[in-house]
Amino acid sequence: MKLVICAGPATTGKTSVLRHIIQKLQQVQEKAAFLKIDVQYAEEDELFAREFGIPTRKIYSGELCPDHCNVMVLGDALQWARREGCSILLVETAGLCLRCSPYVDGGLGMIVLEATSGTNLPLKVGPMLSLADIAVVTKIDRVSQAEREVFRSRIQYVAPNVRIREVNALYGIGIDPLVDSIHQTPDAWDNMLLRGNPPVGTCTICVGKKEIGWQAHFGVVRSLENQNFYRGE
Amino acid sequence: MFIKNITILGGMSRSGNPEPVQRIDLNMGDVVSIVGPTGSGKTTLINDIELFADRNTQTGRCILIDGKRPPLEYRDNPASNPIALITQHTTFLSDLPVEDFLSTHARIRAKDSSQIEAMIANTLSFANQLTGEPIILSSRMTELSGGQTRALLIADATVICDTPIVLLDEVENAGIHRTRALELLRQHRKIFIFVTHDPRIALLSDFRIVMQGGSIVKILHTNDEERQFSIKVSKLDDMLSAMRDKIRFGERLTTHELEGLA
Ligand SMILES: Nc1nc2c(ncn2[C@@H]2O[C@H](COP(=O)(O)OP(=O)(O)OP(=O)(O)O)[C@@H](O)[C@H]2O)c(=O)[nH]1
Ligand SMILES: Nc1ncnc2c1ncn2[C@@H]1O[C@H](COP(=O)(O)OP(=O)(O)O)[C@@H](O)[C@H]1O
Ligand SMILES: [Mg+2]
Ligand SMILES: [Mg+2]
Repeated sequence: MKLVICAGPATTGKTSVLRHIIQKLQQVQEKAAFLKIDVQYAEEDELFAREFGIPTRKIYSGELCPDHCNVMVLGDALQWARREGCSILLVETAGLCLRCSPYVDGGLGMIVLEATSGTNLPLKVGPMLSLADIAVVTKIDRVSQAEREVFRSRIQYVAPNVRIREVNALYGIGIDPLVDSIHQTPDAWDNMLLRGNPPVGTCTICVGKKEIGWQAHFGVVRSLENQNFYRGE
Repeated sequence: MFIKNITILGGMSRSGNPEPVQRIDLNMGDVVSIVGPTGSGKTTLINDIELFADRNTQTGRCILIDGKRPPLEYRDNPASNPIALITQHTTFLSDLPVEDFLSTHARIRAKDSSQIEAMIANTLSFANQLTGEPIILSSRMTELSGGQTRALLIADATVICDTPIVLLDEVENAGIHRTRALELLRQHRKIFIFVTHDPRIALLSDFRIVMQGGSIVKILHTNDEERQFSIKVSKLDDMLSAMRDKIRFGERLTTHELEGLA
């Protein structure tokens, strides 16, 4: 079972890219299963089930961060895909918080970014980009050659080892190299680890304290003038 | 980057029949127009070129560079991609001042940093020969008019990208000086491919690729009669733009406007 995790900000073209990937996989008789992880709304599962007749599921992370939800359910999802007789599991996740990355050692990590998002975006998405294997740049049909080149060089600056692939996901242009990378990915392992380190796990806001100002919080806190510091026992 | 020619190997029309023209060779220095009614497949053809199609697009065409499949490196390294494409939808999104934007781009393309200033100056002077109102280095990219934007896109692709192949999809609508553009472009040894409906650009090209129903149906080389006639066409076109200017500046038109068109 090969595992592909596809992350990226909202509406960058993840679904459009995966649609063309599924099409190309079906052309070579590869069976893929699809899992969508989102916070509160998604319809890709119904879309792909209808369009391609493949096994699909979705899960809402709700109170959990989607990247954390991903860690929780991925083991089950791989077993589900295996039971469905598939050889590839494609996961689309929203990857919202920009401090974690959803990628797993032993799987292919793919971030989808849109060339239309402005040339500083690659500098802002953190480990979701730097820990990916491939950065897919969509919507290249909308921007000037100059901005395409600046966008690419910004990605290379943040993530020198990440392979960059430009695509027009409306027409499925540039999808073949992505499918090749999936074919070259080894099967997922039994005891997989999240790639990269999760952020500090002592955030009092995450556990529900709503008071404004660091004085009301403890653990690793931060004021406007200081970097992170520790408050409490 | 040294490229001698590119080859288009034909594929299928929209109805699935083999394309009538099965091979076109474009050599360095050629200026070529792609013509045909709306929906005939012009944009699709230049997309095939820009993608180095390998019988893997809807048309089944194949693109060769110097007779071979282009190396994968073109896809991996932005500075080595030999093609610059200006589409109908292409715009600048950046709100940086023109100077900052051009210098950011020039830094990526320059072989050494001493060239950057000259690249910016050349790009600006190129662009300003194509527009009515000059572009000012301190204005923001997003403040440029449609014509200024097109002019800067063309200048940036020609001077800073300096790619051997430039594809331009219907640039005539933006109100740039087309004869001047072609004169300037011809000073650069490149392959220029224009998707166009404009007789002036078509007649100033070396040949035109005629599209119909999704396929290339014929090649027309500009003949001597057309080359002679292109002078008159340009004159007529200039008269029309002079009339446009008069209208713009609140003047009246008279029958004299067309005098001199023998
Ligand atoms: N012009 C252009 N539009 C694109 C391209 N890729 C995607 N789009 C459009 O962008 C919009 C969003 O695409 P999706 O594939 O749904 O994006 P997504 O990342 O799955 O979005 P969420 O799952 O909602 O976060 C759609 O309207 C697509 O048609 C592209 O390469 N070019
Ligand atoms: N050879 C072909 N086979 C199948 N579809 C094609 C072919 N050529 C063009 N098309 C389709 O025809 C439509 C119109 O083509 P387009 O290139 O946009 O035309 P134009 O730029 O001349 O107006 C597009 O949807 C395109 O995908
Ligand atoms: Mg989606
Ligand atoms: Mg078109």
